[in-house]
Formats: sequence, C-alpha cells, structure tokens
Amino acid sequence: MLPEFGFGVLLVGFIVTVYSGFAAWYGVRNKSASLVESARRAQLLTFPLLTIAAGVLIYLLVNNHFEVSFVYEVTSRSMPTYLKVTAWWGGQAGSLLFWAWLLAMFTSAVTVRKWERDLEFLPWVIVVSSITLAFFVGMVVFYENPFTRFWDIGGQVVPSLFAPSANATVFTPDDGQGLNPLLRHPGMVIHPPMLYLGFVSFVIPYAFAMAALITGRSDDRWIRITRRWTLWAWLFLSLGLVLGGRWAYDVLGWGGYWGWDPVEIAAFMPWLTGTAFLHSVMIQEKRGLLKHWNMILIILTYALVVFGTFLTRSGVLSSVHAFANSPIGPLFMAFVSLTLIASVALLIKRWPELKSETEMKSMLSREALFLFNNLLFMGILIVCFWGVISPLASELFTGTKITVGPPYYERATGPLFAGLLFLMAIAPLSAWGHSTVQTLGRALWKSALAASILTVGLVFTYTKNIYALIGFFLISFVFFATVHEFWRGANARMKAQDENFFAALGRLMGRNRRRYGGYIIHISMALMAIGILGIEIFQIETQGTVASGESLELADYRVEYRELASWDDFGSAVNYTRSVVDIYENGIFIGQLYPRIDYYYDSQQNMTIPGQHATLKDDLYILLVDWQPVSNQGATFKIYVNPLVNWMWIGSLTFLFGLMFAAWPDKDPADEPVRKRVGAGGRQASAAD
Amino acid sequence: MKKLFLTLSLILIFSVFFTGIALAQDTAPSDDEVNAIAKQLYCPVCENTPLDVCPTEACRQWRELIRDMLAEGKTEQEIKDYFVANYGARVLSEPPRTGFNWFVYIVPPVLILIGAYILFNSFRAWTKPRVAESGAGRGKEAKPSAGDDEYIKRLEEELKKRK
Amino acid sequence: MTETPTPNRSVPLWAQITIWVFLAGLLALVGFGLNNASNPMAEIGKPVPDFDLVYFEGYEYNDTAEMKLSDLRGKIVLINIWASWCKPCEQEAPDLEEAWGLYKDRGDVVFIGVDYVDTPEGAFGYLKKFGITFPNAPDLQSTISSILNRQMGVPETYLIDREGVLRQIKIGPFASIAEIQAFIASAE
Repeated sequence: MLPEFGFGVLLVGFIVTVYSGFAAWYGVRNKSASLVESARRAQLLTFPLLTIAAGVLIYLLVNNHFEVSFVYEVTSRSMPTYLKVTAWWGGQAGSLLFWAWLLAMFTSAVTVRKWERDLEFLPWVIVVSSITLAFFVGMVVFYENPFTRFWDIGGQVVPSLFAPSANATVFTPDDGQGLNPLLRHPGMVIHPPMLYLGFVSFVIPYAFAMAALITGRSDDRWIRITRRWTLWAWLFLSLGLVLGGRWAYDVLGWGGYWGWDPVEIAAFMPWLTGTAFLHSVMIQEKRGLLKHWNMILIILTYALVVFGTFLTRSGVLSSVHAFANSPIGPLFMAFVSLTLIASVALLIKRWPELKSETEMKSMLSREALFLFNNLLFMGILIVCFWGVISPLASELFTGTKITVGPPYYERATGPLFAGLLFLMAIAPLSAWGHSTVQTLGRALWKSALAASILTVGLVFTYTKNIYALIGFFLISFVFFATVHEFWRGANARMKAQDENFFAALGRLMGRNRRRYGGYIIHISMALMAIGILGIEIFQIETQGTVASGESLELADYRVEYRELASWDDFGSAVNYTRSVVDIYENGIFIGQLYPRIDYYYDSQQNMTIPGQHATLKDDLYILLVDWQPVSNQGATFKIYVNPLVNWMWIGSLTFLFGLMFAAWPDKDPADEPVRKRVGAGGRQASAAD
Repeated sequence: MKKLFLTLSLILIFSVFFTGIALAQDTAPSDDEVNAIAKQLYCPVCENTPLDVCPTEACRQWRELIRDMLAEGKTEQEIKDYFVANYGARVLSEPPRTGFNWFVYIVPPVLILIGAYILFNSFRAWTKPRVAESGAGRGKEAKPSAGDDEYIKRLEEELKKRK
Repeated sequence: MTETPTPNRSVPLWAQITIWVFLAGLLALVGFGLNNASNPMAEIGKPVPDFDLVYFEGYEYNDTAEMKLSDLRGKIVLINIWASWCKPCEQEAPDLEEAWGLYKDRGDVVFIGVDYVDTPEGAFGYLKKFGITFPNAPDLQSTISSILNRQMGVPETYLIDREGVLRQIKIGPFASIAEIQAFIASAE
C-alpha cells in the first residue's frame, strides 16, 4: 500500500506544481491578486507533499522493502541504517526526488518570507521555479519512479508501478543489491547533498533574474535580494567539490583528488560561472555596470546546473561516477535547450533596457580587473566544456572514440589559473572607478618585493622548477597583498578611532564582512593552490614487490612490509585484505599504516583504501596493489609522496570560514537602503514598461 | 652552421638509438618503468582511469603486456603505437594531433582570444571620452568611489596623509 | 536612465542571428553527440553494419584469415564477445564450445568469438584453457564492440540471421547448452 501512497503524493505534488506555475503566470498577467495568492499557497504546498513522498521512500529504504525496485537496487540487508537513509540519493530516481525536494524547500523559503516586500518579482519567481520543479517531479513521476515494484506474472518478474495484470503478485527479492561500494564512504554520503544544495540554490538567483527580465526592472534589486542565496549556493557547491576531491583521495586509490573526469567537470562548470557571477554582480552593485553580463552568467549557471545534474546522473559520459543508465537523457537535453533558448530570447528582448549607468574609466580600475577575472573564468569554462564535448563530437563526426584526459586540461587551464592568482593579488588593491599604474604600484610594491624575496629563497632551498616558482611567487604575492590589506585597514582604523590593533581589525572586519570574508577566501585559494602545485609538480611515486621484512624507499621515507591478512566479513559480503607496513622517515620509525583492498562480492568490485601519513610537508600515500597468497612471498605496493597536499584541505577549511564570515545572516541586503545612484530611474523604467 | 646542425642531429639520433639498446639489455623492467608508460594510457574498460592505477584485471594484463614489450627492448613510442593500433586512439590520454582532432586543441584558444578581443574592444569603447554625457553619469563621475564603504575612503585619506 | 540622451538600441539583427546560430549549433552538437554516444549502431530487427574480422592464428573460419561480416550472409552468425579477464565469460565458455560441437558440421551456423580489449597472451591462454575451437578474432580498436553495443560489458552475445539482421542480444553468460540452442533457434 505504501508505494501506491508515495506515488499518489508525488502525483499530487506534480499537479500542484503545475497549477502553481500556471496560476502565478495567469494571475500576474491578468492582475488577479487572488490567483497569485492561490499560486503562492500551491507552491507552499509542494514542499510538504514532496517531504511526505520522500519520507515514504526513506521508510521503504530503511525497512528493507525489496519489492520496490529502487530499494532493491541501492540497499541490502547488511547495510547500516544511516547508509540506507542516504541511499536515497544513491540512485537515479531517488536523487532526482532529492533534487526536487530541495528546490521545493528553497522556493518555499523565498515565498514564505518577505512576500509583500518582493511582490513585484515573486509571482514570476514562482513561475520559473515551478517550471523547473515540474520538470524534475515529472521526471520522477513518469520516467524514474522510485516507487516502482517487482511483479510476478506466472514466474516472470517485471517492474511496474501498479499490478500489470490481474493475476500478478508482488515479488519480493530476499535481499537487495546494495549500494555501490564506492558510494559507501562517509565523504560520498555528504558529497552529493552538498553538490545538490549548491546546484539547487543557484535556481533561486536565476528565477529572480528571469523575474527581473520579465518585469523589466533593470536595476540591481534582484541581485540584492539573491545576494545571500548566491553566496550560500556557492558555499555548498564549493564544499561539494572539495568533499568529492577528498572522497576520491581516500577511496579511489589513484593518488590524487582530481582526475579531470567528465563528471567532476560537470560539477565544476557551474562553479566557474557561479564564481564569475559572484564577482561581477559586485560591479553592478557598486557601479551599475555589466547588467547584461550578469544575466548571461546566471543563465549559463542555471543551464550548467541542470546539465550537470543530468551528466552526473545519466551515465552518458562513462566515468567513475557513472552508476546510472536511463532513458531520461533526451528529456534533460530538451529541458536545458528550452530554458536556455527562452532565457536568451528574454535577454535579447530586454537588452536595451539593461544599459550601464556609468562608464568604465580605466583598464586598471577594480571593475576592469573584475572583467579580466571573468574572462579567465570563462576561458576555463570553455576549456572544460570543450574537453567534455569533443569526445562526443569526435565520435559523432568521425566515428572514433577519443580520450581527452588530464594533460589537455592541465596545459590549457594552468596559465588561466595563474592569471587568476595574479588578479587576486592586484584587484583588491585597485580602486573602483579609477586606478593608474602609479596608484596600483604604490599599493603593491611591498607585497611584490616580499613575494620575490620568498621566491628567490625557494630557488635555493626547495625547487628550481620554473612553473613551480611562478606558482609560488603568485601564491605568496596574493598572500602578502591580502594580508597587507588587512594590516593597512586595521592600522588606518586604529589611528582614526584610537583603538588597539586587534580591536580595530575586528571592528573593521565586522563592519565589512563581505569584503574581508572575500579576502579570507582569497587567502584560502592561495593555500589551496599550494596543495595543487605540490601534487601537480612534485608528486613522486614508486612501485615494487617486497617480501615480509623487506622495504621500499621513496624520498626520505622507507616503507617496510610486515604482514598481511585477508578475511571475509560474511555479514556484509566483503573480503578485506589488510596489510601492515612500518614507515620510517630518515631512518626514524614514525608509525604503522594499513593499506588495504576491500572486495565486494555482490558487485565484484575492488576498493583500494590507501594508508596515509599526512604532514604539512607532504603526504605518504601507500596503496596495496597486489599480494601473494602466502604473505612472506610478498606483496606489491605503490607509494606516492604528495608534497604539500595538506594545504589543500587547510585551504578548504579557511575557505569555509571565510565564506561563513561573509555570508552569515545579519541584516538582509535587500533591506538596505538603495544607494542614490540611479535615483528613481529604475523604478520609472519599470513602471513605464 | 649546417654542419653543426647535422652533427647535433646525428648525436641525437645515436643517443636515442643507444638508450634503446641500453634499455633492451636490462633484465626485468621495474614496476616504475612500466607505470611511467601506463600512466599515459587509458584502458577502454575503465574509462577515465589511467592504466597505472586501474585495479581491474584487464588493466593488470595491459601492464604485463607493457612489461613484456619493455623486456623485448621496445621503446615507449613503439609501445604506445602498438596500443593505439590494437585498441584505438582512445587509449591515449590526449587525442593525436591529426585531422579532426585538431578541433580539440584549436577551439578553446580561439574562443578565448575572441573573448579577449571583445573585452578589449569594449574597453576602448567605454574609455573613449563621450561628448554628450548623461546627467546621471556626470554625477557619478564626480565621486568615483561614492557608495563604497566609508572606511575605505577614510583609509585612503589616512594613507595619503602619511605619505 | 530615462534622461539618457542616447536612444535605446535593440540588439542588431546580425548579432541576434549569430547568437541563435551559435546556440543552435552548440545544442545540436551536444544533443546529437550525447544521443550518438549512448545509442548502439545495431538494433534488433535491423541489419548489422558491416565490419572486418581478422582471426586469431589457429582460430580461422574456413581457413580464411580475414573476412567481412557480410561474407557470412546466408549463415546464422552467433557473435560472442568475451575477454580473458572476464570471470562470467569463464562460466559459459565450456558450454559454448560444446554447443559449437553440435552445430559446426551443419555448416549454416557460425560461432565467432570476439575478444574485447585483451592482450594476445591472455587471449590465447584463455582459448587454450577452455579448449575453444570455434573461430575467434580480436576486436581491433574495439570497432566491433562499438558497432554492436554500447554497454561494453562482457560477455555479450549477438545473433545475426541469414539476411544479416540482428535477431537477439544476450547480456551476461549463458547458463546452459539448452539456452544456447534456444537462442540460435530463434533465428532459424
């Protein structure tokens, strides 16, 4: 009965969503306040409905209802309860429902508050998000239903929602297939929800942007309303990416965290446009420029979010993440195409009204540097997009499959990332409106000098690799310039307000949270860049087969193989092979590591879990590659030394702190008094429309 | 000059030749030698995972094949060519720069250059002084950092005083 | 804004056309590319596109080292895709060989093993281990696999009838000889 109930609720949810979108559209066109209000209430209803459906699904998952095909596919009796709950997003049908549920929640959060204040936009926001929601819920209801059950018709088992014929009985398998072992890692439990939170939150700024285009209100109101949404969306997306990297590092056993896999890139692309958007909206807020460009960026981000959801779920690009195959591809493609075409058409229609309010003054002004930053982000986006698409194009036009792998991406994006670092160092010190070489030089020469001294020092002590040195120079330049900026601000305030240094710094940051949060994020990016440089340029590896008591050496480390044990865990149908190795640094014993291989019988899949010894200097990362049945005959290990990689994770934490600092709720930015920049111009324009 | 070039290239050719022989004389190629080549190859069975870290049986066999070929004295290029001939260009981490594959390499820089061109052009248009300036624009110009937070303004003034 | 002297100009036509052409081209490229990548070229009930077979030495058909699929028109062709690294393939290998014993003298049924992404050493080891005698060929550059299917899983078996039309696909190993016989009978 329960699956039917779940499906029924979903179906009602779909109908309510369609109604809400339609009523909002019809109501606002015909100035019917009651219809708009009805649309709003329908919209608010979608969230509880989808919550009930999701609750039913979780109940089925937790209670081993293997007659439901989705439950059968993603859980098994041996899985712990928390994994059964998180199996919700472990398969295609469930994760689409999860997506829809998040969107319903976010849209409700927007409409339930500040309804009166944003009455101008909100009906259209409901229209846009209802269209998106209807698509996802429709997908779940009609194509990827998580409530489909197995039916037995005279010995033949078929999946179907309702009894396919009168004599059919529900068929319940004894046990489920269980979640893909790669997805059982704690990192994988929270990585998809983070990514999805990021993906879905970007729908809200998009919906407001479309509302602004439709109503013709061309000022930065929509940006102010959605500023915080954008920041949180960006936070979650970034966290999702970082967690995905950590998961790959801990579980996939390839010695790195980022493999330029098409599915990783699919999640990375909205981050690129989102980051560009985050920067360029500031120019619109401060200077009233780039209105068109911001629209283009948010439209692109939305398209890439939907496209990314599709790519990560469809398995159309084979990859380590490709655990799903389904017929929904063409529908996704159609949806992306239609929304993209509609958005672009709308933008072209409103193009003349989105005129800049001021002009660009100098190539070195902050807004100009922001534009360069946007160019670089777009460049990386193009490289990524083309890297994902060109194998498809090659197969389409020449019939041959090709691989576009890391060397392509690294070569193409390397200089662009270096350019971004450079801008990160100089842009915060250039002024809005106008800057010259002199003013910039005055602000920067100390930091540049410090970075140069540090780099020269590195030549003698650490490396002579030219790319690494350029990288370290840029990283330290960013670091010194940003820290100098903190110091300069605090010092100025200290003098002006007669406060001590730390009080001044605290107040300064507290009063300008977005600015200083942003600077902390810049520093975190520099820290992450240290880790990236380390693993990209200095990673070394060796592999060898050693008998018990013998050892392998790499850099300062010696890895001595002690013993190995292999056993079955029948409860979860896994075979563990765990080796024990002693590690020595410069001849001094520093600990034991246990690289192991887990073999999952049901999916016939190996998981290589590395042994890691992490320090700020480097990571010793040991993989068990192979072993002989008798342990004294030997085992094969692959050893990596990944220098500086931990700065990646330190940077990630700093990043998290910086973003929380910038985005933590206080006064709603949309409630701030609108600066007297455009006068009533924006208002009049929209009223005249 | 020409002679020098000739000698140099001869030396180059011979050194390549002799390293090839030196390699052939090694008894058993080490795992690291195998991995150095495997790192650059991708097996179609586990797409997007480099051969040196791919745990599947198919990839293990490929690595053994590389080891055998190294033992026979084949060079890195010969081994890669063998794999391409047998399993297609997709085994390479990047498509070979021939024919249609040039698009893979050309499209991004071309698009980025177009983007840069548009950006610089817009700059030129923006920074060109205009005769008819709108009232709103004028007001804005007088205070370029109007709307920027006051601390920064104060900060800048403070800094000027110190200089 | 309202007092701006410059008139509001809309996007010039040429720019609009460029944008739409670019967008349409991009979407078409992505759409068709994805569609092409996810669709097998051969469908049940449709003729199978032709491909070359270069047999393993000692596993030729009618002592011909190379042939095209179309040369086998008039015969029922069972194409079994396997690999030496594939465990499930080992389950069905003895059954396939035994079934071949039942059909080889009839002359109008051909078994062809196609070895997917394999090393020569592994392949010959496997063929010897299971005493395979029916014709076998490597899947050079994975062409045959990409023509027949897209899952690229092994084993998979394809049945082509006398007119060269794909009649049946079996994903995964056969459980018994009887199953193989029933499979072949469907193309009679």
